[in-house]
Amino acid sequence: MAKKLGKRMRQKQVRKNKWYEYQDKSYKYIALFATSIGVIILGILLYDVVLDGFGRIDLKFFLDSSSRKAKNAGIYAALGGTLWIMLLTTLIAFPIGIGAGIYLEEYNKKGRLSSILEINISNLAGIPSIIYGLLGLEIFSRTLMMGDTALTGALTLALLILPIIIVSTREALKTVPYNLREASFALGASKWQTIWHQILPASLPGIVTGAILAISRAIGETAPLIVIGAATYITSVPTWPNESFTVLPIQIFYWIGKPQHDFQVNAAAAIIVLLGITFLMNGVAVYLRYRWQKKVKW
Amino acid sequence: MKKILLISFVAVMISSCGNKENSESVQSSSIKVDGSSTVFPISEAVAEEFENENKDIKITANASGTGAGFKKFIRNEIDVTGASRPIKESEDKDCKEKGIEYLEIPIAYDGLAVVVSKENTWVDFLTVAELKKIWEPSAKGTVTHWDQIRAGWPHEKINLYGAGTESGTFDYFTEAIVGEARSCRTDYTASEDDNGLVSGVAGDKHSLGYFGYAYFYENQDKLKLVAIDDQKDDNGKGPILATTETIVNGTYQPLSRPLLIYINKQSSKRPEVANFVNYYIDQAPTLVPETGYVALSPEAYKLVKARFTSGTTGSLFLTLKTTVGVKLEEVLKSTQQ
Repeated sequence: MAKKLGKRMRQKQVRKNKWYEYQDKSYKYIALFATSIGVIILGILLYDVVLDGFGRIDLKFFLDSSSRKAKNAGIYAALGGTLWIMLLTTLIAFPIGIGAGIYLEEYNKKGRLSSILEINISNLAGIPSIIYGLLGLEIFSRTLMMGDTALTGALTLALLILPIIIVSTREALKTVPYNLREASFALGASKWQTIWHQILPASLPGIVTGAILAISRAIGETAPLIVIGAATYITSVPTWPNESFTVLPIQIFYWIGKPQHDFQVNAAAAIIVLLGITFLMNGVAVYLRYRWQKKVKW
Repeated sequence: MKKILLISFVAVMISSCGNKENSESVQSSSIKVDGSSTVFPISEAVAEEFENENKDIKITANASGTGAGFKKFIRNEIDVTGASRPIKESEDKDCKEKGIEYLEIPIAYDGLAVVVSKENTWVDFLTVAELKKIWEPSAKGTVTHWDQIRAGWPHEKINLYGAGTESGTFDYFTEAIVGEARSCRTDYTASEDDNGLVSGVAGDKHSLGYFGYAYFYENQDKLKLVAIDDQKDDNGKGPILATTETIVNGTYQPLSRPLLIYINKQSSKRPEVANFVNYYIDQAPTLVPETGYVALSPEAYKLVKARFTSGTTGSLFLTLKTTVGVKLEEVLKSTQQ
């Protein structure tokens, strides 16, 4: 009797084990599917865009600007504008964002005020980008009378990515072990010396990676720049930040809406260029991270 | 305290920088154009040619929409704004309040094309009354099949595609067909993206849609144009197809409308703006058809040019209240005397 019961239980256990095994395997495939779905979609997008637009890219495409004729239209002004915006947004957002991150992580004492600050910064990251556009339009463009200039665009986008930079800076600072700080203090370093000579170098890969990814998000933004009035037709690159501008996403958006098919080809070509810039920036971020991480030794 | 000083210093720096460039942009020879996305392709073509001939002048143009264009115009942020409908009384009042005088110039016609799929074999023409029956608000949920519109047409569900409510096209179509601007059934596919509407109608045998003539013209191989009968014999008998001729001679009614540009009078005193507008009017007969729209008659352009040269301010259409069925030449002449 007992033997029989034992056998039944063993059978049950075997069945259960099989089920676990099955569960294990199927979860692996579900996870694989989840991972690959993004890659597959990116692949389809790339394939489609490259098929449509790659043949359109030549030197002339980079030297021409807005035109009513698809074959005379190019991305000179838009690419120039995008590069300006990248530069200005970097100059504005990096110091402020990284500074705020350092303050919050290193100086800020835990308390009511700091938790309100923290919650609000996380909330800022969730605000739709078009709202930043409206803010930029009212504050920079109208109240501060900057108009629809590259500076207005850069300030607006800098606001948009500030929360991302702040959060990633804080995460990077958190990875620096506390011993390092204590060791530095023990050797008589001041707080600022500790941050400047120990903590920042150690967390720089993380900070820079986060900041570059934030910038590559900024250059893909369309909505806030449409709101502040970035030009749809423009043939010149700004010579200074106080001039009108346009960016690649706006050019793409406009071309896609055109009735003529040739403009859709132009749009595909411009998308390739924009994707190229984004990939390049992400590549730089990965490379810097890899290089600097090797250098840091505790 | 130091921090506050620093912050205020930065704020002053930024704002002073803003002021400086604002005064600069007035001095430099740049022209700012905004307004209707329907008029934009024409302005773009003119700007392109004008810049080729005047390398020192920078033009930036935008397509924010008729209403948004007027808002910027009233704020004195732009020199020229395009409009696919005449200025509204409220906008005219705002201009007066801000002390902005404007010059109004009709520049082209746009026809609205009513289209069905290429596979649609039964629709030959539609009357305005039939269109009204399809599009009026009470049709929602009740007029749903082709045989309800005309006996003998198949008992198949009718799928409607039309302009989104933010576009001037929607305003005009509803005013011309339903009789009241912005009054329309809501159970149809509405989009601001005309290419989306084109592919919607093209891929659906039982569809009916409308959009700007330029979008039909570029997609003639996929769409079938429907002739429109307004049942008024004084402007052409029977159903009339939208073509360049019928739009310009006023027989394709009521679905052809004038497109206009408005110029800030203060800006028009700057030589580059005056040159640009003159160039605009002079080149319109060649550039307008190139962009898919219909040019006015040569006579109308002459009248328009005289109107600009004389600096006549105000709108032609405020007293008329509508542009549906208006003959431009007559209106222009009547105000000239």
